[in-house]
Amino acid sequence: MSKQIGIEVSIACAEAAGLCDVDVVAAYPITPQTHIVEHLSEMVADGHLDAEFVPVESEHSAMSACIGSSAAGARTFTSTCSQGYALMSELCYIAASLRLPIVMAVANRALSAPINIWNDHADLMYARDTGWIQIIAENGQEVVDLTIQAFRMGEDPNVSFPVQVNLDGFTLSHMIEPLTIPDKADVDKYLPPYRPKLRLDPANPVTFGAVGMPDIYTEARKAQDEAFKNSLPYIEKAWDEFGKQFGRYYKPVETYKTEGAETIIISMGSISQTAMTAVDMMRAEGKKVGLTRIRLFRPFPAEALFAAIKGAKNVIVLDRVTSFAGGHVSGPVALEVKSILYDRKHHPKLRNFLVGLGGRDVTDQNFMEMVDQVAASKDDGVPVAYEFINVRE
Amino acid sequence: MAKETGFMSWKKLNFGIAITNPGNAAELKTGDWRSMRPETNKEKCTKCAQCYIYCPDMVYSKDAEGYYIQNYYYCKGCGICAHECPVDAITMIQEVD
Repeated sequence: MSKQIGIEVSIACAEAAGLCDVDVVAAYPITPQTHIVEHLSEMVADGHLDAEFVPVESEHSAMSACIGSSAAGARTFTSTCSQGYALMSELCYIAASLRLPIVMAVANRALSAPINIWNDHADLMYARDTGWIQIIAENGQEVVDLTIQAFRMGEDPNVSFPVQVNLDGFTLSHMIEPLTIPDKADVDKYLPPYRPKLRLDPANPVTFGAVGMPDIYTEARKAQDEAFKNSLPYIEKAWDEFGKQFGRYYKPVETYKTEGAETIIISMGSISQTAMTAVDMMRAEGKKVGLTRIRLFRPFPAEALFAAIKGAKNVIVLDRVTSFAGGHVSGPVALEVKSILYDRKHHPKLRNFLVGLGGRDVTDQNFMEMVDQVAASKDDGVPVAYEFINVRE
Repeated sequence: MAKETGFMSWKKLNFGIAITNPGNAAELKTGDWRSMRPETNKEKCTKCAQCYIYCPDMVYSKDAEGYYIQNYYYCKGCGICAHECPVDAITMIQEVD
């Protein structure tokens, strides 16, 4: 039987990885991810988890060790964020190209400078082109569930890609919430043992990560791109089967009160909960506002997102990162949305707001201001790529 | 349509671009971009095998008389053998097209 307990979300994330019987954890502590790694270290040291805990000297070493262990056929987990992610990033591309289903929890945090340990999505966007599956939690329960699902979807032989479980730093990682921790036997039923197609094995020698000359690199990238593109239905299958077994259903794109909405807000992560409160308040005032939340950022669920927003006259896209593109193109989430709309020749009024940078609060009032601003704005032909919200002049 | 330049179809690549036939580097011709070619003067050569030991590409092998001879299929023309030869028996010769 599953049990509901009051628990810090980071600890619950570590417990969820433990329920998945990870074989190897190689990780380096960094705020606000630290409690995840600390707790896994304790679980191994206390004999509650039969795994190798590799206390590496950096995040670069962490991902290197993870690649080795995953290539050897071990179920592998790590966790990092922000500067730590930046340091390990070169290895992350390799993990994806070698099709190693490592699971990594990222307690999303801003990138320096200025040094800032608080939450935004700079590390999530840093990782967007690496070939990892990126899933995003909105609350503590989703962190537990997504961590378990990540192994299932990543290890599916039709997928075989690493998976990043994104949870907002502090806002989620350090909260204590009443969470349902699944029973071990149920997780065992949901998650079969990892059976890699190929692995490092002295009896059957293989080479992973050889050089690829110009006459093969394009083909290698095409093969990886096709495999990544084709992974979407299996990701959805992992969610569907989780829903059937545990009663909590997940989709690549979640909607809230989008039926008949004139204005739809697109958000990711924990601020979506504030956005839902704001939607309720605006609906009570008679404003036709809804929310669409992106749960799966890579591979990007274009069809599902389009289906969710195509009825709206106004679309608000939130970005939680500054991408320094020069001011005339939008933030990364808005770029995806605009690309989808352009390809389908569908042109609602769209505004891109940069919000919640480096731990800045995003309030229900902010959402109302954004909705009013978009409704009042005129399409006078002057392009507005994006705007900062909550910036003091 | 431009001519396809790939070595093989992307559909035929191994999972995770792994190499599953060990030792296949021997098939790779590394000697096609050499600008200088090492040649051994057998009158000076003492068969000490320093060229064989130092060569990074396994170009040298021992012949029936005990001399170390070059396989130019692999030779990149790096010149290490000529540099290391203790009796200056190896000379680097300019390749001409």
